Amino acid sequence: MTVQNISLWEVFIRSRNGLAHKHVGSLHAADAALALRAARDIYTRRGEGLSIWVVPSNAIIASDPADKEMLFEPAMSKIYRHPTFYDVPDEVGHM
Amino acid sequence: MYTQALNASQSDELTGEDAAKISRFEARVAAEERIEANDWMPAAYRKTLTRQISQHAHSEIVGMLPEGNWLTRAPTLRRKAALLAKVQDECGHGLYLYAAAETLGTSREELVDQMLSGKAKYSSIFNYPTLTWADIGTIGWLVDGAAIMNQIPLCRCSYGPYARAMIRVCKEESFHQRQGYEIMVTLSRGTPEQKAMAQGALDRWWWPCLMMFGPPDQQSQHGDQSTRWKIKRFSNDDLRQKFIDATVPQARYLDLKIPDDNLRWNEATGHWDYGDIDWQEFNNVLAGNGPCNRDRLAARRKAHDEGAWVREAALAYAEKQKRKTTAAA
Amino acid sequence: MATAICIQNSALFMYVLGRADDALILGHRLSEWCGHAPMMEEDMALANMGLDLIGQARELYTYAAEVEGAGNDEDKFAYLRDVQHYRNVLLVERPNGDFAQTMMRQFFYSAFADCYWRAMMSSTDPTLAAIAAKSEKESAYHLRHSSEWIIRLGDGTDESHRRAQSALNDLWPFTGELFQANPEDDALFAGRIAVDPRGLLQPWTENVTAILRSARLTLPQSQWMQKGGRSGQHSEHLGHLLSELQSLQRTYPNATW
Repeated sequence: MTVQNISLWEVFIRSRNGLAHKHVGSLHAADAALALRAARDIYTRRGEGLSIWVVPSNAIIASDPADKEMLFEPAMSKIYRHPTFYDVPDEVGHM
Repeated sequence: MYTQALNASQSDELTGEDAAKISRFEARVAAEERIEANDWMPAAYRKTLTRQISQHAHSEIVGMLPEGNWLTRAPTLRRKAALLAKVQDECGHGLYLYAAAETLGTSREELVDQMLSGKAKYSSIFNYPTLTWADIGTIGWLVDGAAIMNQIPLCRCSYGPYARAMIRVCKEESFHQRQGYEIMVTLSRGTPEQKAMAQGALDRWWWPCLMMFGPPDQQSQHGDQSTRWKIKRFSNDDLRQKFIDATVPQARYLDLKIPDDNLRWNEATGHWDYGDIDWQEFNNVLAGNGPCNRDRLAARRKAHDEGAWVREAALAYAEKQKRKTTAAA
Repeated sequence: MATAICIQNSALFMYVLGRADDALILGHRLSEWCGHAPMMEEDMALANMGLDLIGQARELYTYAAEVEGAGNDEDKFAYLRDVQHYRNVLLVERPNGDFAQTMMRQFFYSAFADCYWRAMMSSTDPTLAAIAAKSEKESAYHLRHSSEWIIRLGDGTDESHRRAQSALNDLWPFTGELFQANPEDDALFAGRIAVDPRGLLQPWTENVTAILRSARLTLPQSQWMQKGGRSGQHSEHLGHLLSELQSLQRTYPNATW
């Protein structure tokens, strides 16, 4: 018998206030409420979290690694976006 | 815990795949770059990893059974809570690992089916029975100890999702071995009966634990490709030696005798020499003839089959809710 | 450890012991699931609830030992009392059965524990108030988890509905004992050391029937309630549970583990 697979969810945890939610892994759950509950039981057993997001895995749109050069390399050459590109005389001090 | 070096690495034909892509991939791995789920990878790399990670996951899940056998009989409430937390952690580790394996494109359901049908392997160690409370101490001390030796290098595995899962596992596992050793300390300082229990458990588990590191290097089919791909970083024999060297003084502290008359300190090598491992027993257990192979698989199948109606109920309810939401919209 | 312990009889001591027994026996039952749950995610959840309950039992036994002042400890209470000295309600010793039976038992107990511990947070006994503050959060989570499952099982497939309804029919008669007060507890109620459970029946019934309604389950007609656990009259199941739980301590008296 082929039973439909239970959906896959990605789990994001905020470990403390002030920090962003961070991807920690995935789990299987039939719906959002169970996914949230399972995320708590699986990923916060040692007090790792203050807030949980669960997102259906198929809702995540990822960039294609094959596009990596096109997407990210053009930024590499724009060194003038970084503060170290500019010379400020030492006498001026910290800026 | 519990990966076991038992995968025979299949040297898939690399022809048919773009040679340039392969060499770019291998250069990335050689430069210690991590490979992520969406990155291009050779089919054989995907296959080897799927097999290794899922075997590792199956081992965690089957590994719940021998220790679970003592959950209802733990002799104090403190031990009971610690053991339940530990066995639960193993379930969590199985989950992290299935999640890592799924990123390679095979669903957990499919992987679990391979285990339940007997097609996929899990660590041979869990086909031995837990006969006394001292077995629980010994599993924590030796089986987890051996597993940690195996797992720490995996935290630097070339495949990102596997490496991240292993970092999490290793962090959580640090209490498991201590939990086991503490039981052994208590038993070895206890009544003569308790001490005999501890020695008996060491006698039964020692050799199977040494087998956990997999066949000797000269017979291992593994080696080259997994090493080149930075999935495997140390040889079976190196890890085994490291484990023995670490364990001998711990056994001595417990005043227990390791059941190997050929165990001798070798001044020249700076390591402990040890006797011959019965690889026939190992192969036999892997082939399904260990004392508990049938029981372990039967228990997992039973849980899977008897849980089917629950999983179906959750899906049916989710379907109904979805339909209601769509109708309301 | 001695082979048996003598139980002193003070109202507060017996009261605390009964609550500890509830938590231990239910926690033990949940630990029986470990490795055998319908899905791995649920294995994690059942173990978490079991750990919470075993933790509550340990705190309560430790306090009971302090109240008794006879040199007993959590393990002596758990491992060296025979069936008739256990004071847990019959509900928690019901066997696990299928997942519907386990969840229904958890749902009934957690719905009680949630309002019970919330009320106990204002106990005039500071130790009980502190234990209540911790246990209330745990019970609230157990209630949410079990309610969600009751709704899914009741409103899932025909089979899950049938199993949930039969769990409800089987376990309903064991809910009455949760609200039973012993005459010796009156002084504890008067001193606001403990809350009178009779006052919790109405909020419990409201919560429980609301969830059962969303689960499309029907309350059984019969109003007959089983009782006996609080006075040491247990079902046959507890003896077997204890013979397993206590086996090492009984086989090797005076050993340290």
